[in-house]
Amino acid sequence: MTRAVTSKGSGRKDQPDQRSEHARGPGIPFWQGLIRIKELSILLVTIAAGIYFSVTSVGFNSAENYQTIAQYLAPWAIIAAGQVMLLICAEIDLSAGFVFTLAPFILILFYNNGLPLFLALVGAVLMCTGIGVINGLIRTWLNIPSFITTLGMAFLLQGISLIISNGSPVSAPTDSWVVDVFGGSQWSELIWALVIVAVMQTILSATRFGVYTKATGGNLVGAAESGIRTKRVKIINFAVISTFAGFAGILQGIRVGSFDPTNGGFNTMFFAVAAAVIGGTTLLGGSGTVVGALLGALLLGIVYDGFNLTGVSANAFNVVLGIAILVAMTLNVYMTVLRKRISSPRRSV
Amino acid sequence: MTEQNGIQDVVRAEHVSKSFGPVNALEDINLSVRKGEVLGLIGDNGAGKSTLIKILTGFHQPDEGRLLFEGEPIELRSVTHARSLGIETVFQDLAMVNDLPVYLNLHLNAELVHKPLPFLRRREMKRRAREALDSIGIDIPSVTAEVGQLSGGQRQAIAVARSVYAEAKLLLLDEPLAAMGAKEGGLILRLLSELKERGDIAIILIAHNYSQVVDVCDRVNLLQHGKITFDKRSKDTSVAELLELVHAEYRLSDVP
Repeated sequence: MTRAVTSKGSGRKDQPDQRSEHARGPGIPFWQGLIRIKELSILLVTIAAGIYFSVTSVGFNSAENYQTIAQYLAPWAIIAAGQVMLLICAEIDLSAGFVFTLAPFILILFYNNGLPLFLALVGAVLMCTGIGVINGLIRTWLNIPSFITTLGMAFLLQGISLIISNGSPVSAPTDSWVVDVFGGSQWSELIWALVIVAVMQTILSATRFGVYTKATGGNLVGAAESGIRTKRVKIINFAVISTFAGFAGILQGIRVGSFDPTNGGFNTMFFAVAAAVIGGTTLLGGSGTVVGALLGALLLGIVYDGFNLTGVSANAFNVVLGIAILVAMTLNVYMTVLRKRISSPRRSV
Repeated sequence: MTEQNGIQDVVRAEHVSKSFGPVNALEDINLSVRKGEVLGLIGDNGAGKSTLIKILTGFHQPDEGRLLFEGEPIELRSVTHARSLGIETVFQDLAMVNDLPVYLNLHLNAELVHKPLPFLRRREMKRRAREALDSIGIDIPSVTAEVGQLSGGQRQAIAVARSVYAEAKLLLLDEPLAAMGAKEGGLILRLLSELKERGDIAIILIAHNYSQVVDVCDRVNLLQHGKITFDKRSKDTSVAELLELVHAEYRLSDVP
């Protein structure tokens, strides 16, 4: 309120101030809608980790190393962007990691049957969307919990990946603009990740579908009684994460130059879930942000990379990851309590 | 006839029946409510009150019988369809999303968006929410507060305000006073009397507290085992009579 009151009350025709008031809305700072306390704290931890590894390891601050970090975080952030939406719906997709594995092989199947590379890629991604729709239909129409539905789907897809690849890697297509755009050129994977995060965060916080997603997870019965088609909301979000997971799998395969049937899997999926949770999404539904998940993925990427550089084993990384998830979850719970206490009753509009 | 003394029935149910598998939830229900009238619907748990409300609100469709809305026969296909006609419901669980702020709850599934880009018009929704709450005298500290932070009475008041704001012609209230303290219940009752005075809205109120029903409602219907067994104006009945009717049922069924 203060800003609006002072700018109006002073009676000065202060143009820039007037405009900023317009953009912000009365009394609500611009950043408050975008970054809340949760995201701010994870951002601080991420910066602290970055500073720590800059000091302790020589090669950390180099373009190549930044690229390495980007390579870690991109697939996690892309899958997490979908997983956050689903977690907000109070659902989870355990099969995303195997959609990640399978997608490049669907691409190869289309490509080897004469489809141009770009169409093969689009076809593969659409097939992944279809897998998500199937997950969603089983979840909503047969009323099977998503944990079970997608666990079954995970093993099914893993099996299919191994069958159509005969268990061995295939080299990825080369020499095409498609390769450059989708994972081949230096920062392509990261740029796609940032674009997807930006789009999903906008959908979540600025569109009706975002409100429906929060309402579906926050009060399923209530949302349905308000006329929100909750099954459709869930199916769409299942489709979205599968689409992203497949797309991320293709990006990574093209970047590495080979499609590997042992790539991805539960590991990739759970890293995405960890990124979401560290970024402030609860598993109870109703709340969470995609930007938070990106920060979570960035933190995981920095720590993973930092440990590699300083020569700490992967086993120790898992210890840190475990602690990070537990601390993040605890903070989530207590930050919410704190936030409620801080926001004392005041009239703002 | 739907016309009586020149005042039309907003909604009328004729011979409505509904069963779920072998259970007959509603049998041959006839019910009507007029503009500016508050109809009290009482009955024991499982008598079919909520089923009836869900039929009137488009959540369930009747197996037999028909509904008339403003004199015209109508088939309510969905809650959204009913809402588009001006049938608003405050459900027992309030259909409130705790994680969303007050203004988004007030606009749930009726959000204002820009065109052509479908982004939410947050400022406008906040302004209208504040206006709607002020107009019916509900004191909420901030429309940007998450609903989960508010008290039961405040949440209930917002749920009622949401329906009024949506320009309801028929407002259905499913036990708005259950699980509420005397002070908070008073807030809702005051709100109802205010709406009654405005006279442009028909209200069906489900409640367990018979003295409140007799106080606020113009007419009372008693639902027993899926049938309406009693229909009187409030001033022609009393709390004692209502209690007697409901308890008589138990005395009979207690006979070995």
